[in-house]
Amino acid sequence: MNQEANDRLLLRERARPADSRLATRLRTWLLRHAQVFFGSLGRLARTPVSTLMTAAVIGIALALPTGLHLLLQNLQQLSGGWEGAAQISLFLREDTSEGEAEALLAQIRKLPEVAGAEYISREAALAEFQRLSGFGEALAALDENPLPAVIVVSPGLLHASPAATEALLGRLRALPAVDLAQLDMQWIQRLYAIMAIVERTVAVLGLLLALGVILVVGNTIRLAIQNRRDEIVIIKLIGGTDAFIRRPFLYSGFWYGLLGGILGLVLVGAAVIALDGPITELAGLYQSSFSLQGPDAATVGLLLGGGILLGLAGSWLAVGRHLRAIEPR
Amino acid sequence: MIRFTKVTKRYPGTNDALSEVSFHMAPGEMAFLTGHSGAGKSTLLKLIALLEHATRGQVIINGQNLAKVPRRRIPYVRRDIGIIFQDHRLLYDRTVFDNVALPLIIEGFPEREIGRRVRAALDKVDLLRREKAYPVTLSGGEQQRVGIARAIVTKPPLLLADEPTGNLDPELSAEIMALFEQFNGVGVTVLVASHDLDLISRMGRRMLTLKDGRLVGDTGAGAAA
Ligand SMILES: Nc1ncnc2c1ncn2[C@@H]1O[C@H](COP(=O)(O)OP(=O)(O)O)[C@@H](O)[C@H]1O
Ligand SMILES: [Mg+2]
Repeated sequence: MNQEANDRLLLRERARPADSRLATRLRTWLLRHAQVFFGSLGRLARTPVSTLMTAAVIGIALALPTGLHLLLQNLQQLSGGWEGAAQISLFLREDTSEGEAEALLAQIRKLPEVAGAEYISREAALAEFQRLSGFGEALAALDENPLPAVIVVSPGLLHASPAATEALLGRLRALPAVDLAQLDMQWIQRLYAIMAIVERTVAVLGLLLALGVILVVGNTIRLAIQNRRDEIVIIKLIGGTDAFIRRPFLYSGFWYGLLGGILGLVLVGAAVIALDGPITELAGLYQSSFSLQGPDAATVGLLLGGGILLGLAGSWLAVGRHLRAIEPR
Repeated sequence: MIRFTKVTKRYPGTNDALSEVSFHMAPGEMAFLTGHSGAGKSTLLKLIALLEHATRGQVIINGQNLAKVPRRRIPYVRRDIGIIFQDHRLLYDRTVFDNVALPLIIEGFPEREIGRRVRAALDKVDLLRREKAYPVTLSGGEQQRVGIARAIVTKPPLLLADEPTGNLDPELSAEIMALFEQFNGVGVTVLVASHDLDLISRMGRRMLTLKDGRLVGDTGAGAAA
């Protein structure tokens, strides 16, 4: 190398990066961030087993509440074959003709809150009663059929909150042909109570597991900081700022969160695939075409984004607590 | 450039490592700091580099009272000081090139400038051929020179060296000293701690002598032979 050119470069007035053009500085800044960003991924890749173990812990912690959330979503969407369990029975006036009843049935079926409606004529009602009750003889002795015609309405589960069903009941009761409207609320109320509990459980579990993820990442980053203690000291000695030193650890937290999120997604996906067969079979037994829905885009986004945020939070915590303690001597 | 006023440094649970030390070095001056082992040479350099804080007294570097530098400004003060450590303090998982480039990366120098400066600095310490080597594969003397290249690569206005020739043979030591003189020749203030009295006296520069933490001798500025 040319000795003189070297000397000129090294011995002339101190050059500062601030002297270079803004575009150059920006490019350098981006380059450095990209280097550290992928460098920290490379560092994780060099210890694949421990990286995967950490990511797996995060993945499991994220998969649990996500899976439960998914289950809830599926339950809430479930309306195809189970609505018979919650029924409104409309007992029609005695003077209602077959034609009027058919028209009413059609009208009720068009209501958006209604999943289905069934007309049971007086004759059909009598026949069923005779079959089920064993009072066949006694009824046959009557000259007139005492039973009214009935329309059995099944509210769709999407509109099946107790309040909505109550409102539907009120509307149906007000119909002129309806003598009496009766609702079996118990099933719905139980379902809603259970769903509320599950929902609350998912929230609490999610919160606890999120805290767990933060602690896991925090602890992992704490160890990484300890392992790189000498390096941190040296960088501080030659003028590295806290932000410069923090950077690779924050990016590591990002990667842990993202890897954990991806693993969590894989776990949830695997669970959906594993459960889909048996559930379709079960639904088939109930004459339902229900099949398990996988996570939607919002859930995927929440899982990955949440993982990343938690990873960043964990590393931020560790960095804030432990970097300051490392000072050169 | 460096002004100590009645500086005392006491480590917890010991006697004073430095007591009532006062001296002044003008910008562009070069001096040696000498004294027996444990006299306080390293401590004095650490005070300048903000690795320790004075227990009493005032240290002013480059017009800045170090007691008043807030924590977050410390890195910027250190960037103006090239420090050469007795124990090299290199990053052993990075190449020689990357070690020397580190101060430039920290300061945000553009990539092209970094390559040119690092090679120029490595050429100065005669290690250009080893730029891809890892520090463990180098001898103690070579590692010391990597540390020197890292300290000079940004051309800081102040250069501190703690026993920089401790591991070097006399010939190399003389070369390193010549290097310091060259930097001093272009205006860099240089303070070198060393107990190698032979070498120091041959240099004929200002000499500050510490004994048990006290400044017992100062040949004064402009004492060049
Ligand atoms: N971190 C420390 N804690 C306690 N005592 C220290 C520390 N560093 C140095 N000392 C003491 O301060 C005195 C001066 O040490 P030092 O500055 O390293 O001397 P020198 O570099 O001249 O050999 C010694 O007595 C040493 O034991
Ligand atoms: Mg020493």
